[in-house]
Amino acid sequence: MKVIKIEKSQWSPGLEKLRGAFRLIGPVKEKTWHDFQELAAGQMPDLAFQNTRLSPKSLVFPQSEIMLDYSLDKKDPDCNIPKMAEKDYSPRAVIGIRPCDAKALALVKMNFDTDEYQDPYWLNLYNATTFVGLACDAPCSTCFCTSTGCGPYHEEGLDVLLAEREDHFVAKVLTDKGARLMDSAGWSTALPDAAVLDQAKSAAEGKIVSKIETDGLAAADTMALHGADFWEDISFACINCGTCTFSCPTCWCFDIQDETYGKKGVRMRNWDSCMFPIFTVHTTGHNPRDTKLARLRQRFMHKLKYFVDKYDKGIMCVGCGRCVRQCPVNIDIRNISKLMNNLASEARCAVQGS
Amino acid sequence: MSTYTEKIREIAQRLLKECRVEMVIGFRKGSVPMMNEPCFVRKPEEVDALVWDSNCGINLANYLTNRKEKIGIVAKGCDSRNIVNHILENKIKREQLVIIGVPCQGMIDKRKIVAMAQGEVLEVTESDGQVHVKTAAGDQTFDKKDVLQQNCSVCVHRNPVISDEMVADPVEEQKDVDPYADVAALEAMTTDERWAFFDDLLAPCIRCYACRNACPLCYCPTCFVDEAKPQWVGKSQDPIDVRTFHLLRAYHCAGRCTDCGACERACPMGINMRLLTKKLNKDCLDLYGWEAGLSLDSRPALDVYKPNDTNDSIL
Repeated sequence: MKVIKIEKSQWSPGLEKLRGAFRLIGPVKEKTWHDFQELAAGQMPDLAFQNTRLSPKSLVFPQSEIMLDYSLDKKDPDCNIPKMAEKDYSPRAVIGIRPCDAKALALVKMNFDTDEYQDPYWLNLYNATTFVGLACDAPCSTCFCTSTGCGPYHEEGLDVLLAEREDHFVAKVLTDKGARLMDSAGWSTALPDAAVLDQAKSAAEGKIVSKIETDGLAAADTMALHGADFWEDISFACINCGTCTFSCPTCWCFDIQDETYGKKGVRMRNWDSCMFPIFTVHTTGHNPRDTKLARLRQRFMHKLKYFVDKYDKGIMCVGCGRCVRQCPVNIDIRNISKLMNNLASEARCAVQGS
Repeated sequence: MSTYTEKIREIAQRLLKECRVEMVIGFRKGSVPMMNEPCFVRKPEEVDALVWDSNCGINLANYLTNRKEKIGIVAKGCDSRNIVNHILENKIKREQLVIIGVPCQGMIDKRKIVAMAQGEVLEVTESDGQVHVKTAAGDQTFDKKDVLQQNCSVCVHRNPVISDEMVADPVEEQKDVDPYADVAALEAMTTDERWAFFDDLLAPCIRCYACRNACPLCYCPTCFVDEAKPQWVGKSQDPIDVRTFHLLRAYHCAGRCTDCGACERACPMGINMRLLTKKLNKDCLDLYGWEAGLSLDSRPALDVYKPNDTNDSIL
């Protein structure tokens, strides 16, 4: 893989050149935090951030997305025939996505792109996008990415990995898509000493102070975890809001709604949350997860056990720490994973009779 | 505030040992700066988990709704007013509760600290009215009065209105504050200005409902936004639906809100939706001389009819 040096003087001219072939999306400071937005003409991505308030999952999985539209006009020959809504799937480049968020998209892809089903909305947006990552040289105290099979210089899900230095960027080109973007921007100065990235990677990983252990989860007995007595204590504070799920880069649940206005209607999907009581309400009124204990347990069992068992790709968490920082009542996935992993070891030993 | 912590533990231990309560609801130390976690303690030997400092802004009355046990509950001024609300609205019985009153000196606003600090906030401690912030870039100290939550800075009910135990003598209530200066500023705007202001205020909302769920007043079995038959509100990010949620939620709190600030504190997007409820609080005070949750002996303003009631509240 090629490693290219981009002088800072060539940064904005290169981005301007990219605009011919790509719509550009990058971090922008809004009020007091950063979020990803489409960059207007002349607007540069603001790379002076640790991590964005919300994850950039909405770039491929908008919070509200129209899937189908239809006419309710009886005179319309296509009345009541839903059609795939027209969308702009032209090429776009996300500049400055953090490695954890890019890995999260790769994890989520396992759900939206299976042998059996391919979600066209998610995949069309994902495939139209070139992801230019920004390595983390100053991770947050709540980041635990190195414990989740990720890291501040992790490359999974990225087409290019950038590392920012005082007067230049080091760009590692990871895919053909990434190579095409670099060509379009006119960035081509090969860096002779590519080892500089390896050193920076080790240094950045050394700055991750928060760690979790997950080694016992796969072998743990599911029912022992499900029936563990710590759930009441952990779930007590939970207010069943959607902060954790909405800010999470790996939560993918949605709810489908029809909305009509006059003689037109749309079928849309909106983010949903397993923390909401109505998430599981049946049409009979029965709710199989009718307590907050059951809902909170579901969220963590999904991320730390069911996903582990189903895909054998580790936990469904990239360690971005957003839920840890933003939960209004301080429910901390690092604490819960510790309880689950500890119990997992005990439960496994019990099974082995040792 | 550490004396508060000691006293809370002492009282909690006594209540549990004497079997006067089955559980004590309070706060335990959080895992990140400026956060404590609501928790319960069932055994006398577990009371050392309980803490008190300026990061106990979540309203614990929210954790009482429909509980059946005998409960000891740690309550600052606003929590105690919401406990009064809960009792009046039959969400808990007075005789189920042993209220451990905390004379409150205000909660610190974590967003203010984050905005004022240089670099990521790693540790926050407090002593003698000062807040010490440790960041990657160094140490900073602020006067606590400069970093209070806005509602705490203008609070005039810091002492619990009902209690069975007190962790300290009452604190002096603030006298020279104008609780409704921010509402007056909104009232002074033109309609267009106000519309633009609220558009901007609510634009970041992601409908996570943290504001609703952190609120002790919001205990409906099914919230109007979650109703399907009929569906009152759309579920998308359409600004009309987002505004509808906030406006109707505020109206459901009319005459009941204690301005505890839990909604604003809980919001991951930092939206001050309190401005909506505060306007209604001000109206209740102006029209009916009513402030919520001050007494078990009077029914809430919108709960009673008096022949001489003003008609000005009828839209």
